[in-house]
Amino acid sequence: MTEIKADKVVDARGAQCPGPLVELIRAIKEVPVDAIVEVWTQEPRTKEDTKAWCQRSGHEFVGAFPADGYERVLVRKKR
Amino acid sequence: MAKAKVLVLGGGVGGTFVANKLAKHTDIIEVTVVDATGVHHYQPGLLYVPFGWEQPERLRHDERKLLHPAVQLVSAPVRMIDVERRQLFLLNDGTLPYDYLIIATGSCPVPEEVEGLAEGGHHFYTEPAALKLKEALNNFQGGRIVVGIGGFPYKCPPAPIEFTLLLDDWLRQRGLRSKTEITFVTPLPQVFTIPTVVPMIEELFARKGIRVETFFNTEFVDFQKQRVVSLEGTELDYELLVLIPPHRGAPVIDASGIGDKGGWIPTDKFTLQVKGHERLFAIGDATDLPVSKSGAAAHFEAPIVVKNLINLVNGKEPDAKYNGDVMCFVETGEGKATVLRFNYERPPQPPKPSAWYHWLKAIMNRLYPVALPRNIAPDVFIAMLQGKFSKVSPFCGSELMEKLKQDVMKTR
Ligand SMILES: Cc1cc2nc3c(=O)[nH]c(=O)nc-3n(C[C@H](O)[C@H](O)[C@H](O)COP(=O)(O)OP(=O)(O)OC[C@H]3O[C@@H](n4cnc5c(N)ncnc54)[C@H](O)[C@@H]3O)c2cc1C
Repeated sequence: MTEIKADKVVDARGAQCPGPLVELIRAIKEVPVDAIVEVWTQEPRTKEDTKAWCQRSGHEFVGAFPADGYERVLVRKKR
Repeated sequence: MAKAKVLVLGGGVGGTFVANKLAKHTDIIEVTVVDATGVHHYQPGLLYVPFGWEQPERLRHDERKLLHPAVQLVSAPVRMIDVERRQLFLLNDGTLPYDYLIIATGSCPVPEEVEGLAEGGHHFYTEPAALKLKEALNNFQGGRIVVGIGGFPYKCPPAPIEFTLLLDDWLRQRGLRSKTEITFVTPLPQVFTIPTVVPMIEELFARKGIRVETFFNTEFVDFQKQRVVSLEGTELDYELLVLIPPHRGAPVIDASGIGDKGGWIPTDKFTLQVKGHERLFAIGDATDLPVSKSGAAAHFEAPIVVKNLINLVNGKEPDAKYNGDVMCFVETGEGKATVLRFNYERPPQPPKPSAWYHWLKAIMNRLYPVALPRNIAPDVFIAMLQGKFSKVSPFCGSELMEKLKQDVMKTR
């Protein structure tokens, strides 16, 4: 499951909320439909905020996976 | 031994505070501020300009008057910082060498980053924009107002909230509130960045009938149809749109190749040195620090920069640490305000809005130029009483800024 390949990776480690989500949304704007964006975050809130944003915006929340000292949050662009 | 040459690039809040504090050390250093316009712009006053509650001319102070007499001032735009050779290239020929450089070039809104925003939207973050919005408000007869945050980052995070609450007051005073629907839009999951402040703002907005649209990341503005569309697929029609554009660092940072992709300077969050450059410091909005871009942050950073720079000059370690301190008074409407005080570790716990904080903010707005650590400055006070202010246009939103921006684009 953790091997899902992202089309674009955004390193937002060290950024405070809303930084990681803002970076993710910025990246979603730039990729084609169906592409997966992965954001690296150290903010515990990013996962829930991203889930809520996906629900609102109609993009797919692929998952959040722990990594070494940070979390990888993945979203697939749906439209 | 020759004195070390210290240049301060930018004569705004951060540059002026730091230069005046450095003036106490002129036995070992020479201090020169280099500012593009020589006018010190008190930006917090712009909040009141659209409502006719502040005159924009009163916010333009002559930087020379605000600086300590021991500090030299060069009023000239800088084209590029040459960090290898330790010199500044001026736009109109000439170079200025330095031993130490403090970068305090601030940030400006960039409406062009959102399609249609420059054409269809208003804001109050520069003098020309605030005046244009004032005119639009004077022509406003009721209808839908969409107000809020058009993108990140932007300076003074509470200002759009303050504006919305003051707008509600202004519309009531004019008898237009019952004919107006106000919608506040934000890209965030809640109405404000800092969770501890959210309940207070939600309560104020609910009481005043201000609708909130969260997760609204403006994708484009269709200015012909007067409609703003979010990435999330929400469409809002408006009669008046007030959206704070995302900001960028100053063009000179892009031109010098020392910024990140937003034009912000990678800065050590504690020592305030530019990462990878021992003799370079950054202060205020120009940095990439995880604190609110605010005059207050610049003010609290200044003594840290001074201590660390003087330590370096004396061959010691730069051991002073900035703890992320920020403090600002926030207007909440109906003649009241609150205060946010926070740092890297501690979030703000705003007290209940009261008239007391509103007056403190008003007094600070008036007395700010006298409060700059220049020694007692009766001449500044007298000039203010006499209504003598600078005639020069402030940097953000000026033709000069546009020119510097265009020059950078051409070389990209
Ligand atoms: C509407 C509004 C309300 C605000 N309210 C508050 C508030 O209540 N409290 C608060 O703390 N903050 C507030 N702020 C934010 C505050 O004004 C800024 O954060 C503050 O001015 C930042 O200081 P600075 O020194 O980093 O940059 P600035 O004060 O913007 O100064 C930057 C300077 O750099 C100079 N410069 C830029 N490029 C060059 C170049 N190439 N060559 C030479 N010089 C150059 C410019 O001329 C300018 O003088 C508000 C801002 C706005 C717009």
